Amino acid sequence: MFRSYPPQIVLEAVLNGLLTGAVYALVALGLTLVYGVLHIINFAHGAMLTLAMFAVLVAHLGFGIDPYLAILPLTPLFFAFGYGLQRFVISPASRNDDGAILLVTLGLSIVIENLLLAIFRSDTRSLTLDYSFSVVDLGFALLSLPRVIGFGVALVVAAALWAILALTDTGKAIRAVAKEKLGASLVGIDVNHIYAVTFGLGAATLAVAACLLMPSFYVNPRVGNAFVLVAFTVVVLGGMGSIAGALVGGLVIGVVESLSGLYLGESLGQIGIFLIFILVLLFRPTGLFGAKA
Amino acid sequence: MSSGTFAAYRPILIAIAALAALPLAVPMLVGAGLFAGPNTFYNLMIFILIITLAAQGWNIAGGYGGQFSFGHAAFFGTGAYAQAVLQTRYGVNAWAALPVAMALGGLVGAVIGLLAFRARLRGSYFALVTLAFAEVFRILANATPITGGAAGTLVPLRIGFGQMQFDAPAAFFYLALAFVAVVLILNRLLERSRFGAWLVAVRENEDAARALGVDTLTVKLKAITLSAAITAVAGALYTQKFLYVDANIAYGAWISVEALLAPIVGGIGTVFGPLIGAIALIGLGEAAKTVIHAAFGSAVPGVDLVVYGLLLIVVIAFAPRGLIGLLRTGGGR
Repeated sequence: MFRSYPPQIVLEAVLNGLLTGAVYALVALGLTLVYGVLHIINFAHGAMLTLAMFAVLVAHLGFGIDPYLAILPLTPLFFAFGYGLQRFVISPASRNDDGAILLVTLGLSIVIENLLLAIFRSDTRSLTLDYSFSVVDLGFALLSLPRVIGFGVALVVAAALWAILALTDTGKAIRAVAKEKLGASLVGIDVNHIYAVTFGLGAATLAVAACLLMPSFYVNPRVGNAFVLVAFTVVVLGGMGSIAGALVGGLVIGVVESLSGLYLGESLGQIGIFLIFILVLLFRPTGLFGAKA
Repeated sequence: MSSGTFAAYRPILIAIAALAALPLAVPMLVGAGLFAGPNTFYNLMIFILIITLAAQGWNIAGGYGGQFSFGHAAFFGTGAYAQAVLQTRYGVNAWAALPVAMALGGLVGAVIGLLAFRARLRGSYFALVTLAFAEVFRILANATPITGGAAGTLVPLRIGFGQMQFDAPAAFFYLALAFVAVVLILNRLLERSRFGAWLVAVRENEDAARALGVDTLTVKLKAITLSAAITAVAGALYTQKFLYVDANIAYGAWISVEALLAPIVGGIGTVFGPLIGAIALIGLGEAAKTVIHAAFGSAVPGVDLVVYGLLLIVVIAFAPRGLIGLLRTGGGR
């Protein structure tokens, strides 16, 4: 089953894995941020990514907006969507009870995914752009241009998110709520508002991820599921709630997927990710960077 | 049996009798235009009963024990594949395959439970690890030759009682109902047993239960094993009904979701929750499909699932104890 490959092919697989991994990291960033603050898994994360990818598709086909330009309108739009969803649906429906939040986000994911299925049907679509198949020649490896751009922007967004959390007052409030909800509310922080802002930021990163994915990827109503399972793995590997962990975890998972695809073939390739997922959960549930269980 | 004991089982016996009498109403329901024909009715009812059984399994670990699994497909699929593969590859009789399918499902439950509970996974973490196991099973089943790979496994059509394949659709309805009935009674027995009390104690406050001397690991392990075995029987029945399984049916996320939605919508940790939830979900889903079909002139995919998702959110928002809680108190919380 194991073949040996020349080093150049392995190197190219590693580089491609890193490029994909950066987008995985971006998808995982939103998930880990929400987990760090609300202490729940947002099961609607994948469906919201799918929604964002369809939004990119519609923006391009309907209004002729380039996917990369679509970042500008879609990011604030999805921030507002995420904010509203948490503030007016998830929070009231679940009364901020952990188990109930989990189930409400599951319900939302089912609703979003199947509304998209009802509207767009199960066809798989993709965009045809001038630069979809452009490559960057590094001399020793050929890399797809959209994925190189995706890599760069994903890193910039991660840095921006870090800056928001580290440097702004809102960021300070988010960190306060994550650490000690009751204490934060006692010093006058509106916890429900911060929850909604966090959720909005998570949704906004998904909008960026969707814009970066669409030039080289396809979309159908179920596409988010594949990403969200990977994102769960990234978040668990990096430590739930850790931004640096999500970034490193995403890159690691990208490389693991690329290499296990190379050595095990397409259909079994994904096994590598889930085995890491299960092993980390069982033996180091705090992840590589997490502080507490 | 004292009269007090009988009273506890009376609603179950009434419900079973009512379901068993349903076929009598078939000519009327078909006459009223609710169903295209008797077969449509039986297919829907059999599907509801299979989902009920899977949900009854989930309800033991998830409802009574508070261990929210998002991966009961791992057990459903193991039961479904065992039932199919034992017959087609090893020539095992369908009736003999069923207990083996159940045992294998229970074994998978015990192994996953042992790994997860020893690692002290709870809440979101437990949900995620069960989800991941189900996905691993799905990918493996899709890629290994013994399960037929991506093509799936087809059980040859051989009508006959000995093959657990029936000419009359009512026969399979009664077979599925018998399993649901047994688990309804089993559930009540569980509720009234010491083990059931321990299980609820684990759900309410695991640390307190342990402090009071409850062996929480053993209690949770027993619960997940029983839970998995029951859901595996649902999978085996699915195979016998449809005579075909593939990885996306057997180990697909859809069944993990249905198995947890039905008890939550019906009434989590109650005897009747899974049954009432399955009837409500699938009934409303079918109704929505029919209405949309009539309104748009063609079928629109996903409509029934939109209803499932909305129902889940509405139930959690307004009736956290499910439809049963609503019936009992006439109100939510």
